[in-house]
Amino acid sequence: MSRRFVSIWFHHLTTDWFSVRQPQLSLLPLVLKMASHGRMIITAANSKAEMEGVNRGMVLADARAVVPDLQILDDIPDLPQKLLTRLAEWCIRFSPLVAIDPPEGLMIDATGCSHLWGGDSHYLTDIERKLKQKGYGVRTAIADTPGVAWAVARYGKHPLVIAPNHHLEALLTLPPESLRLEEEVIDRLHKLGLHQIRQFIGMPRPTLRRRFGSHFMMRLSMALGEEFETIEPVSLPEPYQERLPCMEPIVTATGIEIALRQLLETLCHRLQQEQKGLRVAIFKCYRVDGKIESIEIGTHRPSNHAFHLYKLFEIKLSSIEPALGIELFVLEASKVEDYSPEQGKMWEGSGGLDDVRLSELVDRLGAKIGQEAIHRYVPDEHYWPERSLKPSPTLHEQPETSWPLDRQRPINLLRHPVRIEVTAPIPDYPPMLFRYKGKLHMILKADGPERIEQEWWLQEGQHRDYYRVEDEDGNRYWLFRSGHYDDKNFQWFLHGYFA
Amino acid sequence: MAIQRDDILTSLRSDILRMEGLRAVSNPAVDLGLGPICHSFPGGSFPVGAIHEFLSTEAGHAASTDGFIAALLASLMGDKGTALWISASRSIFPPALREFGVQPDRVVFVDLNKEKDILWVMEEALKCSALTSVIGEMKEINFTESRRLQLAVEQSQVTGFLLRKNVGKLNTTACLSRWKITTLPSESIDGLPGIGFPRWKVELLRIRNGRSGMWHLKWVNDRFVPVIQVRDESVERKNVG
Repeated sequence: MSRRFVSIWFHHLTTDWFSVRQPQLSLLPLVLKMASHGRMIITAANSKAEMEGVNRGMVLADARAVVPDLQILDDIPDLPQKLLTRLAEWCIRFSPLVAIDPPEGLMIDATGCSHLWGGDSHYLTDIERKLKQKGYGVRTAIADTPGVAWAVARYGKHPLVIAPNHHLEALLTLPPESLRLEEEVIDRLHKLGLHQIRQFIGMPRPTLRRRFGSHFMMRLSMALGEEFETIEPVSLPEPYQERLPCMEPIVTATGIEIALRQLLETLCHRLQQEQKGLRVAIFKCYRVDGKIESIEIGTHRPSNHAFHLYKLFEIKLSSIEPALGIELFVLEASKVEDYSPEQGKMWEGSGGLDDVRLSELVDRLGAKIGQEAIHRYVPDEHYWPERSLKPSPTLHEQPETSWPLDRQRPINLLRHPVRIEVTAPIPDYPPMLFRYKGKLHMILKADGPERIEQEWWLQEGQHRDYYRVEDEDGNRYWLFRSGHYDDKNFQWFLHGYFA
Repeated sequence: MAIQRDDILTSLRSDILRMEGLRAVSNPAVDLGLGPICHSFPGGSFPVGAIHEFLSTEAGHAASTDGFIAALLASLMGDKGTALWISASRSIFPPALREFGVQPDRVVFVDLNKEKDILWVMEEALKCSALTSVIGEMKEINFTESRRLQLAVEQSQVTGFLLRKNVGKLNTTACLSRWKITTLPSESIDGLPGIGFPRWKVELLRIRNGRSGMWHLKWVNDRFVPVIQVRDESVERKNVG
């Protein structure tokens, strides 16, 4: 059985994409521009613009002169490649083997596929119609070799279905451009008056090779099917997901545990082979009555350690309600990161913040009491005490600045400063005594003031004058006066205790 | 003959300690710098891999207790170690730990809403040998619960600190020691005005296989300095009388 290939040509790939996103553009002449050698060059034009005589490669200023109401957008350099990859993945519905064919085409190995659509012509119509619905104008052709399909899609006239073993006839009337040749060779062919393939296809092969080079010969024999052309199909990334259907609905806790253990084993085995580790995993139980029970875990460091992950799930396992029974278990790793085992070995016994045992402990604690209860702090460059530190989301983030040592800070800081009554002798002197919770404290020793200004770009308010004071019992406090002494509305607060 | 008997006694003592689940510090270089207090510990060195209980009643004393523990942590954690600080209403201000030689970013804080979760978290954390120490702030703990904690550390050799603030009624616990730290008025440095170095009264109320005692310490330039006590004459007189 002969092989069949479909070539899809997106003649206005990028402009179509812009028109899909902004539908009003499809009715106007649209071009994409890009700077090249100090000029703006048109890199793509839609059919409306082409009708008015604007083509790819023109200088933007010239095009503007021709078409005053030209719509101009910036081109995105790697857009065609990305679009083609996405379209190729979408086209897997037509055949399992779809390859991208840059700059603006796809190649489908349709061997044994088209009869499912009721023949080649129906197959092509369906492809064109479905892509049209997506907003892309295409030309398609089907032939025995990729080369002929490519040629007919771009240069052929109807019919675009080349029957098996008729590819040679289809090729005869086409111009030499359709053979995917280098520009220089095409120019030489035209100069020699060879405007159609049939004018040179009968020439002796050694002559052709001598005059036009081996690349030309390769393309020619590829088109004729004498040389096999391989296409590199795109593959969909396989999701990190494991499924376990059950013959009988599972209702017991032991059954669920066994299912989870099995799924974790297989998933972790795959992750280990690919040197990956998961950060987030979801365990879903599909119940007989159609409801889905699910539990989710997260880890601080990519992990493919089945036992540890099981421990994390175990804490939440009791929340699964099997009701009448569970018929399908699915374990899905929704966030996967690179993890190399050598690094794991290095971290294992270090005893530091990057020790695996520590991150596993924190995972376990987080699973039970919630991640929001676990904090780690790194210094932040602010003098305002409440803002002098910031929570760090990871265990291994290194502080950007060192912890300040030049100013003494209390070991215990009250969450909110508490108002106190104070007697101070003269302005800006430390207080003599203060009353807190009904108890009078005589101040024997004091240091200060240390003025800390409000950061006005963050918050409005009064500055603070801090004093370290020690009372007659030896307790050391951190007091501050908010506002100036000669202000009417200054207030005293207790903010912390020194050791 | 006498030397031989001393040797036998020392080996027997260490055997007893081992049977009671206390192991000598594997690395004798880990010296917490406690100076004279060391003579009260079993084996003459601060017992790691055990639970220590600290009592405090007033907010000021609680701050001193936190400071004393932070100073111990600094030696226990060394250059790389990590610690876990568990509390229900945290008052510790991480940047201040730096003054006691602890890198605050190597301490993981667990802030819980319910007191009863603390026990679970603490037991779980004490089993993790990657940590050097675990500090748990809780008011009430019964003997069985404290026994569980003690069993956990015997395996992992993590040092546990139990901070009991404003404890109502004192009960027996399985903790190795019971401490009480209170603030003392600081001493002026060279007669200058202002506050001097932190000064604490350290009371070791109870210690298994050791001797309890009371000392005055101050924290000067990242180490403990024992304060020579002036003899309290009133006590002396009472004894004579």
